[in-house]
Amino acid sequence: MNFFIAAVRRELILALRRRSDIVNPLAFFLMVAVMFPLAVSPEPKFLAQVAPGVIWVAALLACLLSADGIFRSDFDDGSLEQILVSPQPLVLVVLAKVLSHWIISGFCLALMSPLLAMMLFLPSEGLGALILSLLLGTPTLSLLGAIGAGLTVGLRKGGILISLLILPLYIPVLIFGAGTVQAGAMGLPIAGYLALLGALLVLSMMLAPFAIAAALKISVRG
Amino acid sequence: MLEVKNLFCERDERVLFSHLSFSINSGEVVQIEGQNGSGKTTLLRILCGLSEAYEGELFWQKKGMPEVLDDYFRKMLYVGHLAGVKSSLTAEENLAWMQQLDPALNKVNIAEALKSVGLYGFEDVPCYTLSAGQQRRVGLARLYLSTAPLWILDEPFTALDKQGVAEKEALLAQHVLKGGSVILTTHHDLNVPGHKVRHINLDEVAHS
Repeated sequence: MNFFIAAVRRELILALRRRSDIVNPLAFFLMVAVMFPLAVSPEPKFLAQVAPGVIWVAALLACLLSADGIFRSDFDDGSLEQILVSPQPLVLVVLAKVLSHWIISGFCLALMSPLLAMMLFLPSEGLGALILSLLLGTPTLSLLGAIGAGLTVGLRKGGILISLLILPLYIPVLIFGAGTVQAGAMGLPIAGYLALLGALLVLSMMLAPFAIAAALKISVRG
Repeated sequence: MLEVKNLFCERDERVLFSHLSFSINSGEVVQIEGQNGSGKTTLLRILCGLSEAYEGELFWQKKGMPEVLDDYFRKMLYVGHLAGVKSSLTAEENLAWMQQLDPALNKVNIAEALKSVGLYGFEDVPCYTLSAGQQRRVGLARLYLSTAPLWILDEPFTALDKQGVAEKEALLAQHVLKGGSVILTTHHDLNVPGHKVRHINLDEVAHS
């Protein structure tokens, strides 16, 4: 447990020293909300209707954008090799990395989402649903993204490949996430949607760390 | 300690080595030699479990490798080509993380290890402000911390100055004197005071 905490601490210190890693996904997220009404229509009624989808797509792409870097620097400077030859279980390191990736991407996006909801005229009843769905859905995105990052970290240009690999896996989260917000905005019960997002999270939490660890071993040993 | 039997490795349809067998006993320094591209790094990566692209068998303390891998990782220290030093962390934070990864790095405390590699006064600046040689020293500070009996070092002296190399050679001698063993590659003329270095030349075993 101490080791896990130390690993998370290290990742967060690294992220704080490279602020662009934190600011990039958030700036992207905000930019979409600013550009969308300019490009389509500033009509509040129309925006309110599409807001759940737009916010969720933006959050998903922001997560994907930052997923590529989860293992990149550790691979480049040899830290990953050291982790692999250490007696500590790789799965723990992987979980620590995914958790800190979620804290700097998904968690911050969820905190920022009320601002976007306001800019896109999302009815206030949907606000709770938006935050909850992002808090439950984005950890799954980080876990799945890390599988792609692990598989492509050994390649020189993994950027496009990771999108191709991971985007199809993101679709269920997107459907239920945006569905939650849509239902919330119309005043319908959201418990069922949240349960499904939770189930996706539990499933990926059980399986993804092992997939990520295996992917990293392939990338380094290959 | 470590025994290699009938190792065969091929890369891009070129045989790097075949029928390679040797063993490393405690108190030995083994230098792997060969031209660039002869497979020195590949061999070391196989020995430390970072590569599975080989045929043949590895034994640690007379037991087959996959079964005793956990124990092996506890008793082995690997310093690769890439030092594994994070440039945005300080030297102290880097070593603290290495200690977390490998609890066997506890011979002396971090401050003392940094002093031994000549980085006294640089412990709390981010490593990107250090020179290449100093960053290498941060990675090699692990050697002063390590209690592991087997050291696998890939080009450990790159970017080090003459005095730094001499200090590391003295450290290797000390380690070997206590019954440890070292496998390393280097293009530098290795001179471990008081010990004979065994050479394994990969160019000679490539086609035998």
